[in-house]
Amino acid sequence: MKDYKIIEVKRSIFEDNDADAEKLRKELAAQGTYLLNLMSSPGAGKTTTLKRTIAILKDELKIGIMEADIDSDVDAKVISETGVRVIQIHTGGMCHLDADMTRQGIREFGTEDLDFVILENVGNLVCPAEFDTGSTKNAMILSVPEGDDKPLKYPLMFSVCDVVLINKCDTLSVFDDFSKEAVEERIHRLNPNAGVIFISAKTGEGFEEWIGWIRKELKEYKS
Amino acid sequence: MHELGIVFHIVKSVEKIAAENQASKVNKVVLQIGEVSTIIPYYLKDCWKWKCSKSEVMDGCELEIETIPAVTLCEDCEETYGTVEYGKTCPYCGSEHTFLIQGNEHQIKEIEVT
Repeated sequence: MKDYKIIEVKRSIFEDNDADAEKLRKELAAQGTYLLNLMSSPGAGKTTTLKRTIAILKDELKIGIMEADIDSDVDAKVISETGVRVIQIHTGGMCHLDADMTRQGIREFGTEDLDFVILENVGNLVCPAEFDTGSTKNAMILSVPEGDDKPLKYPLMFSVCDVVLINKCDTLSVFDDFSKEAVEERIHRLNPNAGVIFISAKTGEGFEEWIGWIRKELKEYKS
Repeated sequence: MHELGIVFHIVKSVEKIAAENQASKVNKVVLQIGEVSTIIPYYLKDCWKWKCSKSEVMDGCELEIETIPAVTLCEDCEETYGTVEYGKTCPYCGSEHTFLIQGNEHQIKEIEVT
């Protein structure tokens, strides 16, 4: 007699995480907190973009920032100077946050009174794209010095994002082989619905459009 | 090292399935991984042994990976071709109106328990 049995599973590896993410999204919707998952490669300017965004919005929205990093709290320190609530999450060596880690962070943080929480994900264009965090929407920052070919190299990341910010546009005169038209065309070929906004976190260029995107999103979310 | 995170998720799911089926030991897990799923079987196997050694029901569990080849369909000439070799451009008619029909799978197919 066979002393073992085969159980047919036929289930996606990510199914567990996807279910966790869906649950978190519902919880956040019930308390009226919008969670934006912000992704980019290291050094694209997430923290600088956040600082400027917070400065413009902090009087009209209750904002919280969750900083996810493998280690250290350098970003959390910079953000805490802006006066908004901030929490540092360490992934303990992992290259991304999953829905369960995000949920633990949200619980610890206490987001009931917040309108808008931005999750600054680990700087990486590969793994964060595969794990749904449970966020309301996904955003990413690509900076001009990284090159306009990144949508070709990291297609999944650009496919899961609702909005892509092209940062450091003040350096376009130096990086003159970066084509705004090419990057936009490449993003839209992967993801026709993604918003593409050209900004400079240093000079404030394009922030009117970016802040407009956030305001519109929050208005639709709350209604 | 995203394979590590993926192994954590697989082990968590398999432990749950084992518990639901009152199994005391999982001897083998069979995965189906697409050729262009971004999961590298070699690294997966590396993380696998270490993670399973931390789990009572999965200690020593064998990992079998079935690779599903990536195939792309061309909308214009309706031919199919190997994605890894030709990418987005159809080798028959040069069209870029092509889409992946298989090869992105990441599935737990079955598990063997006692």
